[in-house]
Amino acid sequence: MGNLLEIFTASILNHNIALTYILGMCPLIAISTNIKNARGMGLAVIFVVTLTAIINYPIYLLLQATDATEISLLIFIITIAATVQFLETFLEKFIPSLYNAFGIYLPLITVNCVVLAVSLFFVNRDYNFVETVSFSFGSAVGWFVAIVLLAAIREKIERQSNIPKGLAGKAITFIILGILSLAFIGFTGLASI
Amino acid sequence: MKLIRLTYTKWYNILRNGLSQENPIAIAVLGICSALAVSNKVENALAMGFGVTFVIMASSLTVSAIRRFIPQRVRMITYMVIISTFVILVQQFLQAYFPSIAAALGAYVGLIITNCIVMGRSEAFAVKNPVKYSLLDGFANGLGYTYVLVVVAVIRELLAFGTLLNIQVLPTSFETWTSMAMAPGGFFILGILIWIIRELTHNYEMQEG
Repeated sequence: MGNLLEIFTASILNHNIALTYILGMCPLIAISTNIKNARGMGLAVIFVVTLTAIINYPIYLLLQATDATEISLLIFIITIAATVQFLETFLEKFIPSLYNAFGIYLPLITVNCVVLAVSLFFVNRDYNFVETVSFSFGSAVGWFVAIVLLAAIREKIERQSNIPKGLAGKAITFIILGILSLAFIGFTGLASI
Repeated sequence: MKLIRLTYTKWYNILRNGLSQENPIAIAVLGICSALAVSNKVENALAMGFGVTFVIMASSLTVSAIRRFIPQRVRMITYMVIISTFVILVQQFLQAYFPSIAAALGAYVGLIITNCIVMGRSEAFAVKNPVKYSLLDGFANGLGYTYVLVVVAVIRELLAFGTLLNIQVLPTSFETWTSMAMAPGGFFILGILIWIIRELTHNYEMQEG
C-alpha cells in the first residue's frame, strides 16, 4: 500500500510526466491559452490514460506469453486509437454532459505522447497491475496539474505584462515551463519510483 | 542564371519551408517532447534526428503512394499503423547496432510514433502530393528537426558535461550545470532559441485573443 502511494505521489510531483519527462508538449502548449480549455483537456487525459493503461496491461501479458513483444508498439497504438474512438462515440451517445466537458479534446488525444508513454513506461519498469493503475492515474493527474498551472500563468501574463514581440507566445511558454520544471524538481527525495 | 531559376522551383520551396520558413520545431513548435527529452547529449540528438528523418520520409512515401486508396474516415489510424511499423524498424535497428544509444533513448524511440511532425506531414502534405515531393518534404522536415535538435544538444552538452560527442572540450575545472542535463535546461534553451530565431526572421506570433 505504501509503495502504491509512493508511486502515485512521485508521478504527480517529482516524476511529473510533463515537467520532468517532457511528454505531451504539443497539446500542453497549444491548449494552455486559457484555464477552461486546459481543464477540459486535462480531464480527458486523466480518463484516457488510466483506461488505456488498464487495457494495455493484459494485452502486454498476452504478447509476452506469445513471445511477440517486438510489435507491442503497434498493438498499443491501435488499442489507444480504438479506445479513444470508442470513448468518443459512447460518451456522445450516453453521457452527453461528460461529452460536453471534454469530448472535443478526445480526437486530439491519440497523438498525445503521454498516453503511449505511460504504456511504454510500465513495461520498462516491470510494474504489476495495481502499480500500473496507480502510476498511470498519478501521471495523468500530474499532467492535469501541469497544464492548469501553465494556463493560469499564461492567462495572467497575457493580460498584465509587456513581453518583447519575439518572446511572446511559444518562447515565453517554454521559459515558464522551465521555471515550473525547476520547482517540481525541488520535490526530489519526497518519493521515488 | 541557374541559381536564380532555382529559387522558383517547387523543389527549392519545399526544402526552404522545411528548413527555415516552417521549421517544425522553431516555428511550428511540433515534436517538442522528443526534442527536449533527448537533447542533453549530441550523440542522442543525432540518433533521434536520423530516426525521425527516416520515419518521416518512409511514412510520407508510403502514405503518398497509397493516398488514393485511404478512406477519408479511417485515415488517422492508417497513418498510425504505417508510422508505427517504421518506428519498430528504427527501434530494432538501434537495439541491434547501437545498444548504448538505444538504452539512453529508452522509451523515447517508441514515442516517435506520436511525434506530431510525422503525423502532421502525412496529413498536411503527403496525402495531397505526389511521391517525389512527399519524399523531399519528409527529408526537409526531418533535417529541419535534426539541426535544431543538434544546436540545442551542443549547448546543453557543453554546459552540462563540458563535453561534445563525449570528448572533453571545456577545462575540467569548469563547474558543470546539472540542471542543463535535466528538463529545465531544455526548456530554457529552446525558449531562448525560439526567441532569437523569431527576432532574426521577424516571424512574430499573432497576438492571441
